[in-house]
Amino acid sequence: MAGNDAIVVKNLKKSYGKNNVLKGINLTVKRGTMLALLGPNGAGKTTTVRIMSTLLGFDDGTVTIEGHDVGTSSDDVRSVIGLTGQSAAVDEILTGRENLEMMGRLYRLTRQSAKARAQELLEQFDLTEASNRSVKTYSGGMRRRLDLAVSLIATPPIIFLDEPTTGLDPRSRIAMWDIINQLKADGKTILLTTQYLEEADQLADNIVVIDGGKVIAEGTAKSLKSKVGKDRLELTFAKMSQLEAAKKLLGKSVIDSSDQDKTLTVVIVDTNKDVASALTALSNAAVPIESMAIHKPTLDDVFLSLTGKAKKSSNGDEKTAKKGKK
Amino acid sequence: MSSKPVQLEFVRHPKAIQAITDSLLMIKRSSTHIIRNRDQLIGTFFQPIMFLVLFTAVFNAVGLALPKDISYLDFLMAGIIVQTVAFGSTTTSIAVANDLQRGIVDRFKSLPMSNIAVLNGHVISDVFRNGISTAVMLGAGVLFGFRPEASITDWLLIVGILTIFTLAFSWLSAIMGVLAGSVEGVQWMSFLIVFPLTFASGAFAPTSSLAEWIRPFAENQPITHVIEAVRGLMIGTPIGDHGWIALVWCIGTIIVAMPIAAWLFKRKTIKV
Repeated sequence: MAGNDAIVVKNLKKSYGKNNVLKGINLTVKRGTMLALLGPNGAGKTTTVRIMSTLLGFDDGTVTIEGHDVGTSSDDVRSVIGLTGQSAAVDEILTGRENLEMMGRLYRLTRQSAKARAQELLEQFDLTEASNRSVKTYSGGMRRRLDLAVSLIATPPIIFLDEPTTGLDPRSRIAMWDIINQLKADGKTILLTTQYLEEADQLADNIVVIDGGKVIAEGTAKSLKSKVGKDRLELTFAKMSQLEAAKKLLGKSVIDSSDQDKTLTVVIVDTNKDVASALTALSNAAVPIESMAIHKPTLDDVFLSLTGKAKKSSNGDEKTAKKGKK
Repeated sequence: MSSKPVQLEFVRHPKAIQAITDSLLMIKRSSTHIIRNRDQLIGTFFQPIMFLVLFTAVFNAVGLALPKDISYLDFLMAGIIVQTVAFGSTTTSIAVANDLQRGIVDRFKSLPMSNIAVLNGHVISDVFRNGISTAVMLGAGVLFGFRPEASITDWLLIVGILTIFTLAFSWLSAIMGVLAGSVEGVQWMSFLIVFPLTFASGAFAPTSSLAEWIRPFAENQPITHVIEAVRGLMIGTPIGDHGWIALVWCIGTIIVAMPIAAWLFKRKTIKV
């Protein structure tokens, strides 16, 4: 029915009273690919995922998951999706293994299948040791892994990951990225929401940027980044004379300079080549650099360039966070 | 992924049977919660004994108003069992409120499972827990000198009435659990409902000895009927119409409360 498209969302609208949370979202995820829904707090990411996973009703538009309409055949939708939300949706008092086996049975697996699959997932997610402990003793990272394992129990072809790494320490985050990449390699269709450009960039085939309940840009990470802004090289000098000399040498690639900090910002397109040529030019002219740094475009830059205003990327609850202007 | 992926087999049952399997899984879950919650377990065992000791000691004088052949302990037993069961049933509302405060509800909602199973699990495991409390209380009562006169049939009827009463109260509790915003709120709500209902009844003193203004209520409210029915079966006091009125109340409550609780639960989880 849907051809190669596993998820098709058309003109999705949702409001709470006068508050229009979604103002007509359109997106498509091809089977076996990963789409990142990127946006700041309050953009409507979680609302969109909750609607797609049948947890929330909507006002207008259509959502089709593997050919099943979310509005009319929610049970069919539920049997092809796995959902990992922001708060780990596992039973705190049961053990990791009990959680997996119970959810497996609720997904209609036979008792033997549920047992075997639970064991397989515990191994795969490095939870074997903790498998017979109550979940309330788990660390944040372990909970997220268990939560993800639970959503994979019946090997659903489509997986929703709602901010899977928010609140995790860097090590747990990288472990989670590895797991997500493995899922992708296994051919799953994945929709991931994130507020980190870096995460979308690392993981996703395609990115849809939403803000204020609307899609404001979409494309591959590369195409978005080229739209959004380039990497920048920041050079700091010890003396004003050196700053002036460097400004002359680097010419039109200088996009910003600050006399107060004695700092120059140079735009770079090809990291290797442009950094090397800038440094060579300075070294040939014997202009010493005190320090240097390369800056990647951040989510702020995305919004600066796409909407013309910077967003505060605060870490609050999506529903309660106020959109601040810098 | 591991080298030999597990081949998954799925069960295909008609919807009604799925609902039963789902409920059984949820009963297992809720019962595990009860067993692993040490504080609650201690309460399950010791609260009945505490009540029994305190009430017999404090209200002993009430016994003077009773017929000569009935001791206060014999009189009290039915009342205190029904009170314990009524208070015990409110743990359903705590369990439901607890679930709703956590992400686990989203998980259940995103599964192809029966909607009412989660509530069934809490309600029915509560019946088990109340059964244990009641058994402990009866045992303690016998130790203190309680001498029931019930036959086997009477006991079966008592178990039946108490089970249906627990179910009715637990389904009401489930509604409170969904409506209350928090676990703390739900505790207050159940206290404000259960306390007056159990005290303004024939639980601790004959209704004829209560203050005049409260008597009409105490004589006609459902808990009094349940207590008088159980008491009659246990120690042979006259049952009159209490038995069937108690059953009508309880079954009626279940028939009304169950779909309301299920509907509210579904609405609550889907609209957040």
